[in-house]
Amino acid sequence: MSHMTTHQHDVIIIGGGGAGLRAAIAIAEENPSFSVACVSKVYPMRSHTVTAEGGAAAVIKPNDSLEDHIYDTISGADWLADQDAVEYFVNRAPSEMIQLEHWGCPWSRMADGTVAVRPFGGMKIERTWFAADKTGFHMLHSLFQTTLKYGNIVRYDEHFASKLLLDDEGRCRGCAAIELRTGTVRSIVGKSVIICTGGAGKAFPFTTNGAIKTGDGMAMAYQAGVALKDMEFIQYHPTGLPGTGILITEASRGEGGILVNKDGYRYLQDYDLGEALDVGDPRHPQKRAMELGPRDKLSQCFIKEKNAGRTIETKDGHAVHLDLRHLGKAKIDKRIPFVRELARNYAGIDPVHQPIPVRPVVHYVMGGIDVDSNSATNIPGLYAAGECACVSINGANRLGSNSLTELLVFGAQAGTHAARFAMDNPDYDVSGLEAQTADEGERIRRTYFSVRARSGTERIAVLRNELHDAMEDGAGIYRDADSLDAACNKIAELRDRYANVTLDDQSNCFNTELTAALELSSLLDVAESMAHSARERTESRGSHQRLDHPDRNDNDFLAHSLAFRTGVGGAPRIEYRPVTITRWPPGERTYGADSGLKRPADETGAAGEPS
Amino acid sequence: MANNGKITLEIFRYHPETDSEPRYQSYEVPYNEDWVVLDAINWIKDHIDGTVTHRWSCRMGVCGSCGMMVNGEPKLTCAAFLKDYHPRAVKVEPLVNFPVERDLVVAMDGFMDKLDAVKPYIIRDDVNDTSEGEYRQSPAELARYKQFSMCINCMLCYAACPVVGHEEEFLGPAALALGHRYNKDSRDEGQSERMEVMLSDEAMWGCTFVGECSVVCPKHVDPAGAIQQAKAMGAQEYFKGFVMPRGAGE
Repeated sequence: MSHMTTHQHDVIIIGGGGAGLRAAIAIAEENPSFSVACVSKVYPMRSHTVTAEGGAAAVIKPNDSLEDHIYDTISGADWLADQDAVEYFVNRAPSEMIQLEHWGCPWSRMADGTVAVRPFGGMKIERTWFAADKTGFHMLHSLFQTTLKYGNIVRYDEHFASKLLLDDEGRCRGCAAIELRTGTVRSIVGKSVIICTGGAGKAFPFTTNGAIKTGDGMAMAYQAGVALKDMEFIQYHPTGLPGTGILITEASRGEGGILVNKDGYRYLQDYDLGEALDVGDPRHPQKRAMELGPRDKLSQCFIKEKNAGRTIETKDGHAVHLDLRHLGKAKIDKRIPFVRELARNYAGIDPVHQPIPVRPVVHYVMGGIDVDSNSATNIPGLYAAGECACVSINGANRLGSNSLTELLVFGAQAGTHAARFAMDNPDYDVSGLEAQTADEGERIRRTYFSVRARSGTERIAVLRNELHDAMEDGAGIYRDADSLDAACNKIAELRDRYANVTLDDQSNCFNTELTAALELSSLLDVAESMAHSARERTESRGSHQRLDHPDRNDNDFLAHSLAFRTGVGGAPRIEYRPVTITRWPPGERTYGADSGLKRPADETGAAGEPS
Repeated sequence: MANNGKITLEIFRYHPETDSEPRYQSYEVPYNEDWVVLDAINWIKDHIDGTVTHRWSCRMGVCGSCGMMVNGEPKLTCAAFLKDYHPRAVKVEPLVNFPVERDLVVAMDGFMDKLDAVKPYIIRDDVNDTSEGEYRQSPAELARYKQFSMCINCMLCYAACPVVGHEEEFLGPAALALGHRYNKDSRDEGQSERMEVMLSDEAMWGCTFVGECSVVCPKHVDPAGAIQQAKAMGAQEYFKGFVMPRGAGE
């Protein structure tokens, strides 16, 4: 590729989604003299935060309590979350959400002008703030537009970061990034770095995730020596459209939608998720029960129904029905209009008149870059926040509507701590970093544009499809030693074959085949950590269900897995770190009648029905 | 149900390093009635020609990346179904009224500058501490700007607008609708500041109310309506003499 240029700032943020933008604002506000770089492979408003639908959780109403949000999160996580981190998260959530309200987010409102909340899965009470059913879209655009206020936030749009730069003392000082427009490899350096690059659902074939969700930041950190934590925990959202995997938000069940099998039967009642109250019953939808059970359990129930022959065969595979008809057109159009738009456009179904076929779909990676509750990694000066990071507040199963809030709480946290690090460690050697960037440019040239590379025989799409099959077959909702062995072996084979990859596109300008190749490389790293971590965890917990080890084993596995890269071609080394337990000893996860509701679920805190 | 023969895509190709002129290249792809135009382009890139260059991400009509001209009309290619064109060929070109970067990718710099210009953020003198809770906003107050907050920045309206192409100073439908969205937000006091930008020269007055922007908008933002309202507000501002204390405009 072409020659390299250096750009110097104080803090470098890689990723321009919710977490990255929140971090940028935190730094810009608290340190007006700082220059903040925001490096993103897309324009920020294209980031995947934009697709989040249902809402963001934070305690705001008088009938709710921080204690309940903490307990819901910890029990939903099957006790794999660090309880000190969850407490911090829940305590900070309300002020972060109010801050975003102050920045203009168009939250849906109650008649008295306070924000409205709706129920979500696994939550004892309604505490999910929402902007109709385009919550992520509004949050992202509000954040992005707010960043335009600050002259000290400098954007590097459509710059693909491919390598972290560390100084002689091992502190992270920037990244090498390819400017897509020209192919120039830039050295973007500063005093500290935050990774906010999102998840890696694209390791799987059937996912709600957009094309850009390829785990680039996770892979960069992994390559630099940071562990990827709890990567075996992959969330299947129970209600995606067959075929496309387009998400139908949990809010559709929060508003009262029901799931039925081919006989029209609400099958969740057969799986310890509570009683099927009539949809006209004022207690419906019941919190922490039935359709408002947690995502891991609902997705697992689907597989059991399928194995029992009670799912519906569609041209795109098995499905169940999400029935919203009893909500009526007015409520659907007011509260979940995007659901109607998506179902009509992409499934040819009008949910006002017909049930929507749905099936579980890969949605979220609970695991990620190992960080503490200051968002810090083990590399000084390197921080991470959002889906790419694992604090862990999500443990073995994330509750719906906690992830959008997590972007804000830990985006801000990462910004604050990265800025402090920058103030305390101001001096670094630019030329040493430039040399690393030059090496990275040379590596890219050699790998993709040399004579050898041009004579390669492996197409990106072929390798990617084989990876998808390996992950779906080997590391899906239910796994066992054999399926995971096969996945690990296949990933090792694909790594070998990747060395022989070839690009049709040998040019510098906007080479999206090059970025696809770099993304595939990231996915191979991430998939490797997922499959190996899953193989080593010989228990079942939350979203990680081992057919050969069906029970939870707190004696051996009340611990986070840490996957370390061991070098070219080697399998990752897996270590464990105990979960931090403070006030909530591990217990049985119960939903339905036994879910331990502490107060009447329908007691509302403010003025009547949301408008 | 799925495959029923083939469909032809004629794709606009232009590479600044090697081409002096754009050209068109035809590709035959499997016809699948569930596919959108974007799926067909991705199939070409994956299986036939890795040099075909386009932007995309969410494939569900909300990230705003994949706007292109499809048979001459600005469309989100993730929402344009092959079945609406089959068996005819589908011609895919970059959005008009923008400089072409390469193939189907256009330069967005000008568009981003215009978004920035309208100060699309809450401006107010007294900022409450978060401990005081949310600003109250009634459902009726929300409804006054909600529609104008739905823009996904896909830029289809700029491709449809007859003014954008020849009047550089014109801020364009999306940016004006966004400025108007904040002017109408009950939490905001920045209308005068914003109107200084929107009322300058051809920034807004260039609009001739053709209304094509609202026709092509995939999210029903109705930028033409926003501009019409903003012009009415602007006329009032004009008579009040532009520069006013914050909050006095509404």
